[in-house]
Formats: sequence, structure tokens, C-alpha cells
Amino acid sequence: MTETSTRETASGGSTSRGAGAAPHTPARPSRAAGLRDLSNWADWAALVGLIVLVVIFQSLNSTFLSPGNIQSMLVASAILIVLAIGQTFVVATAGIDLSVASTMTLAAVVFGMVFTAGHGLPLSMAAAVVAGAMVGLVNGLLVARGRITDFIVTLGTLSAASGLALILSDGKPATIISAPLLKLSTGSIGIFGYSVIVALVIALIAHIVLFRTRFGTHVLATGGNAEAANATGVRTKRVKTWVYVISGVLAGIGSILLVARVGAAEPAANTAFLLNSVAAVVLGGVSLFGGRATIIGPVIGALLLTALVNGLTLLGVSQFYQPLSVGIVVVLAAFLTRFQK
Amino acid sequence: MTETTPTPTIPLWQDVPSDALLDVRGVSLAFGQVRALRDVSMHARRGEVTAIVGDNGAGKSTLIRCISGIHKADEGSIDFDGERVHFRSPEEARSAGIETVHQNLALVEDLTVWQNLFLNREIVRGIGPVKLLDRGAMRKEAERMVSSLAVNVPAVGARVRRLSGGQRQAVSICRAAGFTSKLIIMDEPTAALGVQETARVEELIQRLRDEGHAIVLISHNFAQVLKLSDAVWVMRAGRCVAGRRTAETDGDEIVALITGARAGDLADEPA
Ligand SMILES: Nc1ncnc2c1ncn2[C@@H]1O[C@H](COP(=O)(O)OP(=O)(O)O)[C@@H](O)[C@H]1O
Ligand SMILES: [Mg+2]
Repeated sequence: MTETSTRETASGGSTSRGAGAAPHTPARPSRAAGLRDLSNWADWAALVGLIVLVVIFQSLNSTFLSPGNIQSMLVASAILIVLAIGQTFVVATAGIDLSVASTMTLAAVVFGMVFTAGHGLPLSMAAAVVAGAMVGLVNGLLVARGRITDFIVTLGTLSAASGLALILSDGKPATIISAPLLKLSTGSIGIFGYSVIVALVIALIAHIVLFRTRFGTHVLATGGNAEAANATGVRTKRVKTWVYVISGVLAGIGSILLVARVGAAEPAANTAFLLNSVAAVVLGGVSLFGGRATIIGPVIGALLLTALVNGLTLLGVSQFYQPLSVGIVVVLAAFLTRFQK
Repeated sequence: MTETTPTPTIPLWQDVPSDALLDVRGVSLAFGQVRALRDVSMHARRGEVTAIVGDNGAGKSTLIRCISGIHKADEGSIDFDGERVHFRSPEEARSAGIETVHQNLALVEDLTVWQNLFLNREIVRGIGPVKLLDRGAMRKEAERMVSSLAVNVPAVGARVRRLSGGQRQAVSICRAAGFTSKLIIMDEPTAALGVQETARVEELIQRLRDEGHAIVLISHNFAQVLKLSDAVWVMRAGRCVAGRRTAETDGDEIVALITGARAGDLADEPA
């Protein structure tokens, strides 16, 4: 976890500058900086929460931390991690993508159509990603150029994409029999299933994009202060468009993992994925007002939500309690972010 | 200084030197029903501080937003550095050499000082087709830019959110001065500052001028305008009603021009 977000660079030392200049404004005492960093603990709510959950579940059921269970938790978290990363880019610009899960459903159906038509796996996968990207592009253009509220736009595409999925599939699932896909969902290196490796590679790339490229800086600047970013010449509309495309592409990749896991492309509503992707982002300490984000945070948030559901299942708690517990955890996390500076 | 302040025979807006750096001619801009700028003409010379004064809502910020590419004038022309310009974006104005310190401080609070200094001017390193930020180079260069300021700014790695008003203003000015700018526009740079911080920003403006930068300064502070500027333009209700060489005017005349107690240079101006 080489975390070098704005957050971290911001807490750099406070050496007094301009030795030659008159001692104008006194430099910040470095002790104060340390204290301020402590107040950033809320940024790490997800990590703290994850550790607490692990300790509780492990003490109640010793199989929780068995290699087999860890492996299945990681695999179960892969799709959510991918979706949460896309959501993070959107939220970092102070937007929200309510259509991620439906976009994934549509992309899965497109995958199924292309595959069933006999075009082979690579083309099917590409089609799924393109389908996701197209939905993202529509979202992005409507939000950035059409100046319609992100909430309304993506609520609209949420409905439109799942409707389209139903129309295209005629409401029927398409069974996908493919050895490589089966391998993707079941194969592993050590305790890391291939699907979670895919998710972690995406997380690494996303981290580099967000913190090591001009685009990433412009994403944070657009979310932090769009007017200021615009005045320096940052193309904030273009940035806003692209983050939705990223979210759409990742929903497309998520659909591949989903089809691999289910073994079929179904037009099922994946509402839980939408809620959980936003929840993972909030748990990850990403500001819903934009401008502050990490990738590692939402990834841990996604792991936490998966561990929560897994642990409850392991303890034999009824499935009916899962949405309730997720809701409580998310509201708790949102409450913690009030202490964010 | 003359003891009387007669209206000049040729109004300053018609007396454009051939090597003027900035020449705004007949610029108009309306926001729906609000006619924010009406037939504004003014110019700025190289190596000088050119002040723009006027009441709140007179159109000063709107004028400089036209010059810096944020707004596009409905009518009129802008010549910069000898060429007609039609900026469609702040990026184009910056490329042409116009840097602006906006009234509302165009800094992103959640980014660090160095990230703000290099916003949209990021230094990248190519690794194949992939271009990654050269953070080290930007930090180092930011240190250099900031240490040349007369204002103490904390570590360039500090987030802007933690800076005082004066420090933020210093960062903004530093950014404007740091790149190869021919013209630095400052919109009320000391409006939100205390006495000491104001003095320091004024020193900074003088130093930039001494280094050869041309500056357009919007200010409400008459003492500051008289002290720093070489020429002053007065705006009233969307019009640029008068221009004076600072040496040939005084505070009283400027106040009278701002309030309308004294007629400006425009022939058709309503009383
Ligand atoms: N983006 C805008 N949309 C609508 N009206 C605006 C906008 N910007 C400025 N105005 C109006 O234009 C007039 C001039 O404003 P401004 O240039 O900010 O004045 P000043 O900077 O001299 O105080 C005001 O009446 C203001 O309300
Ligand atoms: Mg103004």
C-alpha cells in the first residue's frame, strides 16, 4: 500500500520557507501537523472497520480466517471492487453514477448475445466493455454538456439500461459455457482467485491514473473546485465526461466477471451492487462533495462489505439481516466522515 | 503632479500607444438582461501597472474575465501583444501569455501548493506512450517559485486548505508570475487581506513590475492604486468612463469619476 494521495503529500513537513525573506507569517509548528494527521483517522474508517469485523468474526467462528474462506471472500469482492473504483472516479468529481449496476447488467446481456451468436470469447468481452463505455459516454455527455444533474441522468440510465437489457435478452438468461471463463471464476494463484487479481490490477492502474497522471489531478481539481480548475484551463467538462466513461468501462469489465461467476448472462437487476458501490466509496473516505479520493479506501470498503456479509452468513444469521447490517455500517461510516477535516 | 486636474484634451482611451500590450476596443457583454459591459475600451502598456477601479458591479471582473478567456465578448475586439485575439478558453489566454489571479482565488483547496502552482501546467515524464507526473520536478520547481516570494508560504506539500488568506493570495500570484506570462491580471488581490498581508502583496506587485511584468490591477483601495499604478481606468455601470495617467490625477478626481459626480471622457455618457 504505497499510498501517496493528495492526502499524504498534504501532510508533508512544515519547514519554514524563504530564509532570506522577512519572518512574515510564522510557519506552522510541525506538532500541529501531526495532530491534524490524527484527525485524518476518519479517512481510514474502512480499514479500522475491516480489522474490527475480522477480529469479531474470527473470535465467533474460527473458520472465518481459514485460507479457504479468505479466498472465497476475495473472489466474492472482485466485482464490487471493480465497480467501486469506477464509482470513485465519478464521486471524485462530485458526481454520482447510479447506473453502474444496470450498466453491468446490460453489458452482461450484450456479452451473452455476442457469445451466443458464436463470435467467440474475446469479441464477446470487448462488446461488453464497449456497451459499458457507451452507457458511460451517454451519462457523461448528458451531465457535462447537457448540464443535467448527475443524479437524474444516471437514475434515467439506470432504468434505461436495465430496460434495454430486458428487451435485448427477451428477459431470458443465456447460458455461457466457456472453459476460460470458468477458469477465470475458479482458478487462483495461492489464495488469490484470478478474478480478484483482475480487480487488484485494475485498482493499481486506477491508483496510478488518479495520482500519477495529469488526468487524475484534473479529476481531483474538477471535484475540488470546478470553477478554479476551469480558470486554469482544465477542461472540466471533458473530465466530467471521461469519469463516467471510466465507470462504464469498469461496469463492462465487471459484467465479464459476473458472467464468469454465474455461468450465464442474465438480465437480472443487480441493485445490491449499486448500493454497495456507493457504500464502499463512502466507507473508503472519499468525499461525496468531490476533490478528495483514494483508490485504496474504496477497495478496503468493498472488502469490508464483503467480509460483513460473509461473516454473517458464516454465523448463520438470516440473509434478511444482511441489507440491514450493510445499511447500518454505511450510515455509521458517513457519520464518521463528519470528523473529516 | 499638476495642481489642477483638467480633463485631458484627447481621452486616454483614444490615445493608444502603438506598442500597447493590451488593447480592448468597444467590448460589450450581456448576461441575459444584465448588460455587464457596454462598449468598453481600455489599454495597458508594457512594463506598467494598469489599475481598474469602480464600484461593486461596475463590470471590472467581467472585463478581465473576457480578457482571460472565461467569457467571450458579444462585441468588440481585444488585441494582445500586437495581435487580434479571440480566446475561446482560459487555456488559450494562458498560452498567449495572460495569467490571471481571480477575485475568488482560483485555487483548489484539497490540492497541495505545488499541485495548484502546476495545475494544468503539470510536468510529465514519458514512459513509452504513458505520461506520468514528474512530481519531484514539480515540487522542486515549486520550492523555487515560492522561495522567491517575499511572502512566507509553508511547505509546498501543504494543502491549500491550511493556508491563510495572504498565503493563498501569494500562491495565486506566484502561479501567475511563475510561467512565461506577458501580462498578469489581478482582481482585487488584497480585498480580503489584513494590513500586513496587503503590504506584502503590494511589495510583490512592485517587484513583478520591476522585473518587467505588465500588470492589470483591480482594486478598491485608492491609496494602493495611486501608489502602484501608472495608469488608471474608471468603470461605472458597465462602461469604462475615464482613463488617466496616474501621475496626472488624484484620489478626489477618481472618486468623483467613480461616483459619477464628475463626468467621464465619453461624449455620449448620460449625465
Ligand atoms: N456569470 C454572470 N451571470 C450573470 N450576471 C453576471 C455574471 N457575472 C457578473 N454578472 C453581473 O454583471 C455585473 C458586473 O459584475 P462584476 O464584473 O462582477 O462587477 P465588479 O467586479 O466590478 O464588482 C453585475 O451586475 C453582476 O451581477
Ligand atoms: Mg469583481
